[in-house]
Amino acid sequence: MEKGIVTCTICPIGCSMEVIGARSSDLGYLVKGNRCNRGIEYAIAEVTNPTRILTSTVRLNNANLRRLPVRTDKPVPKNLMLDCMKVINLVEVDTPIALGTIIIEDILSTGANVISSRTV
Amino acid sequence: MKEYDIAVIGGGPAGLAAAIEAKKHGAEAVLLIDRDKELGGILQQCVHSGFGLHIFREELTGTEYAERFIKELKELRIEYKLDTMVLNITEEKVISMVNKTEGLVNIKARAVILAMGCRERTRGAINIPGTRPSGIFTAGTAQRFVNKEGYMVGRNVVILGSGDIGMIMARRLTLEGARVRVVAEALPYPGGLVRNIVQCLEDYDIPLLLNHTIVDIKGKDRIEGVTIAEVDENRKPIAGRLQYYECDTLLLSVGLIPENELSKGIGVKLDPITGGPVVNESMETTVNGIFACGNVVHVHDLVDYVTEESRKAGRNAASFVKGKAAEYGLPISTKPGNGIRYIVPHFIRQDKVEHSVDLFMRVDKIFTNKKLVVKSGDTVIRIINKAYMRPGEMERISITAESLKTVDNLSLTVDVE
Repeated sequence: MEKGIVTCTICPIGCSMEVIGARSSDLGYLVKGNRCNRGIEYAIAEVTNPTRILTSTVRLNNANLRRLPVRTDKPVPKNLMLDCMKVINLVEVDTPIALGTIIIEDILSTGANVISSRTV
Repeated sequence: MKEYDIAVIGGGPAGLAAAIEAKKHGAEAVLLIDRDKELGGILQQCVHSGFGLHIFREELTGTEYAERFIKELKELRIEYKLDTMVLNITEEKVISMVNKTEGLVNIKARAVILAMGCRERTRGAINIPGTRPSGIFTAGTAQRFVNKEGYMVGRNVVILGSGDIGMIMARRLTLEGARVRVVAEALPYPGGLVRNIVQCLEDYDIPLLLNHTIVDIKGKDRIEGVTIAEVDENRKPIAGRLQYYECDTLLLSVGLIPENELSKGIGVKLDPITGGPVVNESMETTVNGIFACGNVVHVHDLVDYVTEESRKAGRNAASFVKGKAAEYGLPISTKPGNGIRYIVPHFIRQDKVEHSVDLFMRVDKIFTNKKLVVKSGDTVIRIINKAYMRPGEMERISITAESLKTVDNLSLTVDVE
C-alpha cells in the first residue's frame, strides 16, 4: 500500500503528516502528525492520487497580448503536469476568445479540458 | 476643469473594488485612472490559481478574478482612463494626469481613493555585490515577460527570496522547460504561503535553502553564476560556507514596497513600518476625503482581503461625498505591542463602527502556541489562541462596537503573549 510524508496545505500551519496504509482503519490509511481532522482526507489523496489544477499560457495571434492564460477545468494527476505542458505548448489561438472557451479537449485523456482563463 | 464625485487612482483589484462599491453606494460620477493599457493590474499576469477562495468560495486564476470585477465596472458604466499617468494630486483634490490622446489634463474630485498598489524591491534595494550583467529580474517582471509578453527569461535559474511571486515563478519556469536550481532565503523561515512551498517547490523537487543569501554575482554581459552563502542568526554570511551556482538568470523575490509618491505629494501621513498611509476605520488617510486601500496601504498576502478592504474604502468615500459633515469624538489609536509589527487601521472613530471593526496585523517572527491579546490599559478586550503565527500570514482580529465602548484611554494595544 502507498505511504508517504505530506505537508498539509489546508491552513497556514502546514503540518507534516505521515500516511501509512492500514487495513484496520475505515479509510484504509492511518494519518499521523495532523493537528486537526481537516488534514486527513487531503493527506490520503496526496499519497494515493495527488492532483492539481494546471495553469499556463498558449501563443496568441493578432492581439497586443502575446500569451493567452489557460487552465485545466478540473484537477489533473500531478505526474502528468509536464506531459500536459508538451501538448499545451503546441497550441496557437486567434482572437477573439471568451473566458471559458475550450482550447484543448480532454487533455491526455484525463477528462479535463484546457480552457481560456480570460477574455481577449 | 471637469469635476467628479470620486477619482480612483489605480485599476488593479483595489481600485476596481473601490470604484464599484462607491458607485453602488450612490456616488454618481466616478472616474478610475490607470497607467497600464488594460484594467486588472498585476492580476492580469497572475495566470496561476488560488484567488477568490474567500470572496467567491471558488478557486480562480488572477485573470479570472480580475475579469469578474472589470465586467461589473463596465456594467455599472463607471468611467475609466487607461494609459494615463497621474502626476500630482493636491490637498484640494485637483488631479493632474497625462496621456497620449488628451495631453495634460486636470480634474477635480470631491473624494480621492488611492489604490496604486506596490512595487518590487530590486537588486539596488538589497545591495547584492558583484558585476552588473543582464539576466537579473524581479520575479514580477519575469512573470509579466513570460505570461503576457511571451518572452522566456532564461533556462537555468536561481531565485533569491521565498516570497510568493518567486515561488510561483519557480513553478512557472519549470513548467516552461527551465531548470530552477535553488531558491535561497536569508531568513530562517519561508516568506510565502505554505500552499506555494508545497505546490510550487516540493512538487517539482526545487530545493529551498533557508538561512542562505547571495554574496556575489558573476558575469560580464549575461549573468554566469552566483555565490550563495549560509548566514548566521544576524543574517551575516558565515566564513567558508559558500557554494557557487552556475545560472543564466537570477530572479529576486525579496519584498514589496507600497507605492506612495502621490500620497506624499498630497501630504498624507505615512506609517514608517508599512510604508503606506496612516488610515482610520473607514480607510480614510490623515487628509480629509483622501482614502486609500489595498497594497498601497500595506502589502496583503491574499487578494480577497484587498477586495474587502477596498470595498470598505469605496463605501466610505461614497458616504463622504454625499455627506453631512459629522462631528466625531477623539479617535482610539491602535498600538502594535510585543511581537506585532504593525496594525491597520491606525485609528478608530467609535461613532463610525456599527457592528465591528477588523484589525489587520503581522507578527514580527514565528510564534507557536501563543495568544493575541487586545488590551486597553490593563483591561483585556479580546484574547485569541493561536497555534501558529508567522510574518508571512496576515492576522486579523475583529473587535465589536460593544467592546470598543470599554476602551477608556483612547488606545488599544495588541500583544503576543
